[in-house]
Amino acid sequence: MATIVEKIIAAHSADDVYAGATVWLELDVRAARDFGGASVVKNFEKHYPGQKVAEAGKTFFTFDCVVPANNIPYANNQQLCREFAARQGVKVFDVDAGIGSHVLMEEGLARPGQTVVNTDSHMNVVGAIGCLGQGMGDADVAFAFRAGWTWLEVPPSVKVVLNGKFKWPTTAKDLALALLREFGSSRLLGKAVELYGPAAERLSLEERITVASMATEMGAVGIFMPPSDEVLEWCGGAAGAEVEGVYADEDASYEATYELDVDGLEPLVACPPSPANVKSASDVAGREIGSAFFGSCTNGRLEDFRATARVMSGRPAADGVVAYAVPATRRVYGAMLAEGLAAELFSAGFVVSNAGCGGCAQGQIGMTGKGEVQVSTSNRNFPGKQGAGETYLCSPATAAASAIMGRITDPREVA
Amino acid sequence: MAARPFVLEGPVWPIVGALGTFLNDVDTDQIYHNAHLAVTDVDEMGQYAFGNLAGWEDFPKKAKPGDILAVGANFGAGSSRQHAVDCFRALGVAGVVGLSFGAIYKRNATNAGWPLMECPRLAELELAPGDVLRMNLETGKVANVTKGKAVPARPFSRVQKDIYSAGGLLAYGAKLAS
Ligand code: SF4
Repeated sequence: MATIVEKIIAAHSADDVYAGATVWLELDVRAARDFGGASVVKNFEKHYPGQKVAEAGKTFFTFDCVVPANNIPYANNQQLCREFAARQGVKVFDVDAGIGSHVLMEEGLARPGQTVVNTDSHMNVVGAIGCLGQGMGDADVAFAFRAGWTWLEVPPSVKVVLNGKFKWPTTAKDLALALLREFGSSRLLGKAVELYGPAAERLSLEERITVASMATEMGAVGIFMPPSDEVLEWCGGAAGAEVEGVYADEDASYEATYELDVDGLEPLVACPPSPANVKSASDVAGREIGSAFFGSCTNGRLEDFRATARVMSGRPAADGVVAYAVPATRRVYGAMLAEGLAAELFSAGFVVSNAGCGGCAQGQIGMTGKGEVQVSTSNRNFPGKQGAGETYLCSPATAAASAIMGRITDPREVA
Repeated sequence: MAARPFVLEGPVWPIVGALGTFLNDVDTDQIYHNAHLAVTDVDEMGQYAFGNLAGWEDFPKKAKPGDILAVGANFGAGSSRQHAVDCFRALGVAGVVGLSFGAIYKRNATNAGWPLMECPRLAELELAPGDVLRMNLETGKVANVTKGKAVPARPFSRVQKDIYSAGGLLAYGAKLAS
């Protein structure tokens, strides 16, 4: 009778679990990133002087916002976290590791059916592997460090059935944007969304990550995908142990069920000033760009850079366009080097940087200046999010096509 | 610390507009303007409460410790700023009862151990400024003592009771066994 999120919560709580109930929730992973991490440490030391975190082995720092630090306040904050971590015996995924939510999955620390908090509003990206992740403020995370648990209001669940099939160069990013176009930023507010149907089942791990990473933009608590065999195998490999998925009961009750047909889905672009301001790439085509950003927790996986290279196919970025490739994690970066992708993108004129959030977190790679128009594979285009310029959100394929042409371009034109 | 009361009683401030009906969607920027976000001392936040809500700018001068707020739907939507809760605590406002709240606002109030109750039938109490309001956190009953009316509201969950009794989430953590 329970949905995915209800089952995960019930396995981690002694309280009655039903939509709307407030429950104490045990956490398998408690983490803080360099953004917010220093405040977590300060709160912890102020309220729990001399005390230990609940379980050092389940507590982590994941530096990913400004990595390596390029300003003294961030360097100070990171060092404050490192020193706290050393005193507590807590592991730090340092400035070389990459985006925390991705690192936690790759390390087998965030697994299907588990619960994770971090000072990251996109921690729910782990819904891609059927894991419950939540972003929380520094006081909440300080408490989670101390207690090993947190509290949560059990969200109502809705079901979205994705029918049909989309065709390259339409990608999972366009599917995520199609969901935003359909539901906007408020219809799924506070809901746990479960994805079903042939177009959902078919999604690869990387594609699932892309879709789940935009739950926050939809206002959803998370987008949960019942783990496929591929996902379970990957997570098992990461964990070095067999992992099991959590699936909804057949008679689970949903607040609503929606259907969406993705047959013939076109490449889409979310125009400033909001991720829900979605238009067809062909409708925005022609807008001149100054830069193109490839990366973020939405499109920073190896598959995304392969798609980028596939569209570039040896062509360089246009004159006057700066292209940035920022792998989500060090492992992705390593694979790009091994596969020759980094060299290929470098030859196409890209700045290929170390792993992290990059411009998406106002880090040093890819921030825009006033008047600069950027296509970006990230998930947010609010004014100021990636700098002072205008950000158009799109898939790696659309961003690559645009980089080649120097203007927003429907990838079907060049792919 | 002395046990905190589960029944609160005090003069009410219904946060209404010119027509006398509850203002809905009062966001965190109207409650506590972003111009004052640099303030970190909770005691200093009181003077800015409702500083950006038309008709209510003088609230900090009028409010007295022990007063209770009654608010409309989706109160505290918007940003995650804790200031929008702390400014009322600084004034000594005993708690808030409302039609509904923004999720993060509810979380921040709960974590601060500041009593917040959701009461969809609040309008039936016909609250006038200064009427005595009684909120029972445990049973969920909300009453207009002055007019002799009462309606049900959502009682505190175990989580809310634990946190409230300890005086806030971080304080609750300090009571846990190491
Ligand atoms: S890539 Fe952007 S959205 Fe994702 S975690 Fe980093 S800053 Fe947040």
